[in-house]
Amino acid sequence: MAEYKRPESLKKTPSGFCPGCMHSLATKLIAEVIGEMGQANNCVHIVPVGCSTLNLAYWQGDLLGAAHGRAPAVATGFKRSNPDRLVFAYQGDGDLAAIGLAEIMGAANRGENFTVIFFNNQTYGMTGGQMAPTTLIGQKTTTTRNGRDAETTGYPMKMCELISTLEAPAFVARYALNTPKGCKDAKKAIRKAFEIQMAGKGFTFIELLGNCPTNWGLSPLKTLEYMESNTIPYFVPGVYKDKYKDEVK
Amino acid sequence: MLNINTSLCKGCSYCIKFCPKKILEMGTERNKHGHFFPYITNESDCIACAMCATICPEGAIEISKEETNNG
Repeated sequence: MAEYKRPESLKKTPSGFCPGCMHSLATKLIAEVIGEMGQANNCVHIVPVGCSTLNLAYWQGDLLGAAHGRAPAVATGFKRSNPDRLVFAYQGDGDLAAIGLAEIMGAANRGENFTVIFFNNQTYGMTGGQMAPTTLIGQKTTTTRNGRDAETTGYPMKMCELISTLEAPAFVARYALNTPKGCKDAKKAIRKAFEIQMAGKGFTFIELLGNCPTNWGLSPLKTLEYMESNTIPYFVPGVYKDKYKDEVK
Repeated sequence: MLNINTSLCKGCSYCIKFCPKKILEMGTERNKHGHFFPYITNESDCIACAMCATICPEGAIEISKEETNNG
C-alpha cells in the first residue's frame, strides 16, 4: 500500500495554473523530491518569466525572480556565492529555448553546479499561445494559424539533444508527464539531478514534457492523447547524458 | 483511506482516467472556485496504489494507510 501526502513546499491553496495544466504537476513533483530529501529550508527556486512565474504565489520557500530567460545566469551567481544551497531554475520552453537560449547554453557549457528543470509544452502559455521554438511541425498556435511550417519557422528545437553534446553537463534527461509512470520516472530523475548537484558534480538538466490545455484548445484528457501520439514520438523521453552513471545511485 | 481535498480540485479528470479500479467518477457539484470534482464510488475497492495522487496536478488527493485501531 502506498501513502501519499501533499508536499509541504506547496502552499495550501490551489495553484494559479489552468485546470489540467502539467506545470502544477511538475511543480508538485519537484516539491515532493525536495520534501523527501529534507531540503525544504535549503533550496532556492529561481523563477523566470512565463507561466512558471505563477510559482511565486504557490511555492512555499525561498524564491528568486529572474528576468525573462535569465534564470541560469541568476542561478549561476547565487550558487557560486552560496555553494551549499540546493538551487534549481524552473523554466518554460519560450523562456529557455528562445529568449534565454544564450544563458542556458552558457551555463551548461560552463558546467555550473545547479539544476535546470525545463518544462516543454510547445507553446508560449502566458502570452496567449504563440509559437515557441519547440512547437511541433503542423501544430496550430496563434502565430502559426495553419500549423507550424518548417520552411518559414524551422524545426522544433530538441534541447536535451543539444545540451547533451556539450562536454560539461553531468546529467541530461527527458520525461513525459502524461502518465503516472512518467511522473514517477521524472521524480526519480529530479532526485538524481539534485543529488548530483549536492555532491558538487556539475550541471544537471531535466526536461519535462507537458501540456497546455488552454492554448492547445483541447480538454485536459485530450491533451494526454495528443502528447502520446505527437509530442512523445518527436521528443523521445530518456537519459541523454549521465556522466556519473556508476558513481551516483 | 483515500481523501480528496475538493477545494483544491480543478476537475481535470486525470485521477478518473488512471484509477485501475475505476472507483472515481466526476460529480455534478461544484467547489467554491466553480470546478466540478470527483467522488469515490466504492472506497472498499481502493487498493491504495496512489496512481490518482501521483497524477493529480494540484496534489488534491492524499492516501493514508487504513486505520486498524478498531480491530
